Amino acid sequence: MTTSGLAHRVTRTGILLALMLFAVVPLLSMFTTALAAPGSTPQGLSWPSDPHWHNFVDAWSAANFLALFRSSTLIVLGVVPATVAMATAAGYALARLNVPFGKAIYGLLLVGLTLPFEALITPLYYDLRSMGLLGTRLAIVLPLIGLLMPFGVFWMRAHFLGAEPALTEAAKVDGANTWQTFRRIHLPLATSAWSALSVLFFLASWNQYLLPLVLVDDPTKRTVAGGLGAFQGQYGTDIVLLCAGSLLIILPSLVIFLIFQRNFVKALMQGAVK
Amino acid sequence: MIAASRPRGDAVPSVRRRSWSALLWVAPAFGMYGVFVLFPMLQSVQYSFYDWDGIGPATPAGLDNWKAIFTQPELLRSVVNAFVLVVFYTVLPVGLGLVAASFIRELKPGAFSTTARVVLFVPQVLPLVAAGIAWTWMYSSNGLVNQVLRAVGLDQYTRAWLGDFTFALPAVGVIGVWVMLGFCTVLLLAGIGKIDPALYEAARLDGAGRVSEFFAVTLPGLRRELVVCTTFTTIAALASFDVVQIATQGGPGYQTMVPGVQIYRLTFLQQHVGQASALAVFLAVVVLLVIWPIQRLGREK
Repeated sequence: MTTSGLAHRVTRTGILLALMLFAVVPLLSMFTTALAAPGSTPQGLSWPSDPHWHNFVDAWSAANFLALFRSSTLIVLGVVPATVAMATAAGYALARLNVPFGKAIYGLLLVGLTLPFEALITPLYYDLRSMGLLGTRLAIVLPLIGLLMPFGVFWMRAHFLGAEPALTEAAKVDGANTWQTFRRIHLPLATSAWSALSVLFFLASWNQYLLPLVLVDDPTKRTVAGGLGAFQGQYGTDIVLLCAGSLLIILPSLVIFLIFQRNFVKALMQGAVK
Repeated sequence: MIAASRPRGDAVPSVRRRSWSALLWVAPAFGMYGVFVLFPMLQSVQYSFYDWDGIGPATPAGLDNWKAIFTQPELLRSVVNAFVLVVFYTVLPVGLGLVAASFIRELKPGAFSTTARVVLFVPQVLPLVAAGIAWTWMYSSNGLVNQVLRAVGLDQYTRAWLGDFTFALPAVGVIGVWVMLGFCTVLLLAGIGKIDPALYEAARLDGAGRVSEFFAVTLPGLRRELVVCTTFTTIAALASFDVVQIATQGGPGYQTMVPGVQIYRLTFLQQHVGQASALAVFLAVVVLLVIWPIQRLGREK
């Protein structure tokens, strides 16, 4: 080991540790704060001499957690299966079938890929008001399906374009119609693509903040992120309770990520590299 | 993730003639998209030429709302801030991500490299609202940033960072670095993994050092991943909302105001629906104009 090699290794480890510290420190600070005496204002990072684990119980009832998780789950269930199914069908047709005006349809969908949600929130509010849906979970679910659709179609189309065309030919020789070819051959082969898409859409719905903020007043009918925003508005001055509540709210995302972290990374790569 | 997913070769339609029944496959997706994205977008364009408080009758306003974007300081300011945030959301995470990814590549696969990857990625899966709350606490008078400054004897530099006219915007930017760094690192790491190891061998045989190896092999091999990172993070910067709304709501003054928050305030707090819509359409166009050249860059060769 040369001196320069050693120096490089030390620098490398040092920089990586510094970046990792940067990533976890805000969460650690929240954690120690969440354990401080209720109503106090502790220092940013200090282990309390007498950790108040009960703060998490208080935050649980203050944030009305059960209602919030139930609501978020309902929203995810409303958005993810429907969007993935529609995007898969459209992606398949645009890649493999001769859709009339397919190019124009795909082109219009691509426009939506870069469209910021804020650019649509104003008309969406008035449209949903006139549909009588303001304040209901449908006011979050329906627009979210539309807003996530461009990415979904784009993702699934890319997958089906890469699929083996010979299989379709073989199936046709066997006398299978379009639906059978899709159902028996292409859909099973696309499992990794649509399951990765489901994970991404789960996160996008679970973490959605703008739509619930604007379209639904009752925090218990919002997503977790929307509920967290309301919680901050209500308990913003009680930093201990706020930190405890925030940690509880992000815990499910964290646990799901840590369990599925390999798949997450794979999903990310798939989308990026096709 | 636009550029990277360019198809290999053209579609080979299994049916040469147009099949109208194929439209049925596309109809649900396009229907939802049309009703909840395309139609509202057209409405935004229409609203942008009117004065409307959301309740009473709308009066035509010509180009007034559009001119205001360039003449009213608080509107122009929000657009400028969005571009400043690109430095924090895009330039820094991509740069640091390159460093982190090439360091992690050099490590032997094992506990440390896995931990580094997972830990760096964690902020990306949390709701941005949580990032906003965590960092609001970090930056507050009693928060960790000031605690560290006091611990090293730099008491005179402590302040309420998000309330400071000079430092509020960079402080919000650092939250963007925190959120985006893991995403860029993991994506770039995946890209590095696909570079042919023979290229590194060849560079080493040519006597290339670590730095020249990075510029000769790693960087060119990451073209697609760099385009995806840049696209994703630039959209996140220009269209930021959650973090700013939670951390500063655009303040102090208009120091951290961004178009997303401004649109929200104009529509829902000030009832200037026409002005909000003009800014919304403008933002959508700006994003498109910025992303387009980045995508072109990814398509060359």
